[in-house]
Amino acid sequence: MKIYKKNSALAMAALAAFLITTGCHHKQAAAPEAPAPPTTAPAPTATITASPETITPGQSAVLTWHSTDATDAAIDGMGPVPTSGTKTVNPTATTRYHLTVRGDGGSAEATATVTLGQAQTQAPAPAQEQMTEAEFEQNVKPIFFDYDSYSIRPDAQQAIGQDAAFLQTHPNVKVLIAGYCDERGSEEYNLALGQNRANAAKTALTQVGVDATRIRTISYGKEKQFCTEMNESCWQQNRRDQFSLDQ
Amino acid sequence: MKASSFPSRKQSARFLLVFLVLAIATAKAQDWVRTGTNLGAQKIRLAAADFKMVGNDPALSNAQQTFNQVLFADLTNAGIFDMVSKSMAPAVMPGSPQEINLAQWNAPPANAAMVAFGAISVQAGRDIVFGWLFDAKSTQSPQVLGLQYNEAAGPDTARHIAHEFADAIIARLGGGIDGIAESKIFFVSDRTGAKEIWEMDYDGANQHQITHLGQICLSPRISPDGGRLAFSELTPRGSNIRLYSINLDRMVSSPIHDGTDFSPAWSPDGNNLAFSSSRTGDPEIWISSASGFNLRRVTAYRGPDVSPVWNPKTGTQIAWISGRTGLPQLYIMESDGTNVQRMTDGGYATSPSWSPNGQFLTFAWSRHYGPGAPGGQDIYVMDIASRRWIQLTHDIGRTDFPSWSPDGRHIVFQRTTHGHSEVWTMLADGTEQHALVKTANSRMPNWSWK
Repeated sequence: MKIYKKNSALAMAALAAFLITTGCHHKQAAAPEAPAPPTTAPAPTATITASPETITPGQSAVLTWHSTDATDAAIDGMGPVPTSGTKTVNPTATTRYHLTVRGDGGSAEATATVTLGQAQTQAPAPAQEQMTEAEFEQNVKPIFFDYDSYSIRPDAQQAIGQDAAFLQTHPNVKVLIAGYCDERGSEEYNLALGQNRANAAKTALTQVGVDATRIRTISYGKEKQFCTEMNESCWQQNRRDQFSLDQ
Repeated sequence: MKASSFPSRKQSARFLLVFLVLAIATAKAQDWVRTGTNLGAQKIRLAAADFKMVGNDPALSNAQQTFNQVLFADLTNAGIFDMVSKSMAPAVMPGSPQEINLAQWNAPPANAAMVAFGAISVQAGRDIVFGWLFDAKSTQSPQVLGLQYNEAAGPDTARHIAHEFADAIIARLGGGIDGIAESKIFFVSDRTGAKEIWEMDYDGANQHQITHLGQICLSPRISPDGGRLAFSELTPRGSNIRLYSINLDRMVSSPIHDGTDFSPAWSPDGNNLAFSSSRTGDPEIWISSASGFNLRRVTAYRGPDVSPVWNPKTGTQIAWISGRTGLPQLYIMESDGTNVQRMTDGGYATSPSWSPNGQFLTFAWSRHYGPGAPGGQDIYVMDIASRRWIQLTHDIGRTDFPSWSPDGRHIVFQRTTHGHSEVWTMLADGTEQHALVKTANSRMPNWSWK
């Protein structure tokens, strides 16, 4: 039902880059090349391109940059990068990537912009952000459980880590954890089991530093199902903790 | 508190004990056991004559038809009579003691030992019924019961009088145990789209909606006096114990609203509620007074603790389901949390209900639970003292939420096949299974205490 991004750590980086870019670099770099100092070393050059230049939420773009006569390079928000290279980015908003290279002959800058479709360019993310449910669910992924279990599996632990990272970069967001069970077993017992599942995720998130007061839990037991076929792949879909924005 | 209503149940306890012991003796050899509540006791052969219509009120014909059907069904459902088929009854319809020929009823093919008969009339907007129960073998003083009913005529009046008369007969012939024809069953139905609490007569008639909350209402539990209904309401804000006043016909405030509470249970004195709550971060059994005072936790093991039910006889013990060792198992303890005993030795056990006499538990159990495991989720009855059990349902889909009738002779339960849930009833030995509610999905039945 939803498309989840493969790597939200990259999204973090992209977002951070975006914040820094918009925060520290209001004025567009007008001069692509610095005036050449009177040395023998040639002045460096830099180019950066994004492909595609326009993406829809959830898609990724590839940044490609080249430089000549440079000894080091950095992209704002990403830190030092090779003097030439490529990188896949998953920006969650329209993002300008600002490349700075330095060499013996001076420095050079270049920028590339990845535009997010649906014209969300006017809303830079300030501290008091208005997050949409879709954006939240894109970044805070559900975790899944074994049969009749509320233990956090290794794959769920990994997801919890990514979920926690997102939550920590958005400290104003409150989260509702809803525990769900597959359709087997008894209604009342599954309500308790779902509660244990929600509580397990809450404990796991607080252990990696998310403030417990931001988290509310609820159990839907087997009262609401994501998938209604009677087979294991469907049951696995239903044995989950779903995270959503809490008001 | 209600000591006066319980001594009469000893007899049914002896009944059940006898069949349990006999059943278990044979259960060693095979799982499929057919027993009757009448083991060691002959069922009384009872005839219910069609009641005679007196007068010509236009409403009379319908009232008489309903009365006859309901009376016959109630006596059949009681499970303690060998009913004389209507086709074997003598042709004449006796309307009074003067009109009955007892020898005719006692002779083949009816062979009745007892005959219920009488007359029904509608006069000035009132249903009037004269009902008698006669001993067909006694020529000297055959009358066992002679009763008169006079109630304002309404759509359910004839049905109601039939229930009352049936209960009087059952109380007289059934060892002093009150009949259940006037008892109620509460259940969850999604026929309106939302999951709401509904109420019906014990035989499935007169179904009507109690709650109109538009949410997910679960686990209805009627109070011992029948005045208040506790249930859990699940909303996006959480799950809370709610109270509905049957007397006032509206929701009343409930003091238990932590947002993680469900599966309430009334203590037999009606003063306390036990329920499952995760207010400390793990589902445990808690008890508070019905007005919210004296809140206390009685279990303290990690893992789900849910579905408490009090011993209705003593009020000092609680049976409940715990997943503290893995799959859910049936446990009992004192209501202060001491003396914990595990009752089931494996599988997946849920949804206990305590028999009115305090001696038995009925619950749902998958004895061989797990992916690919054989067998299903069936209803069982366990004798608490010996921990011996018998299986009541076989191969009829997934059954759950058994609930004892007030006379201890019946169990109502939820039956799910192909994702569709119905409410069914049966005698407490597993016989006479039949559906009460087939409309939409109907779940979690709870039988009133009287």
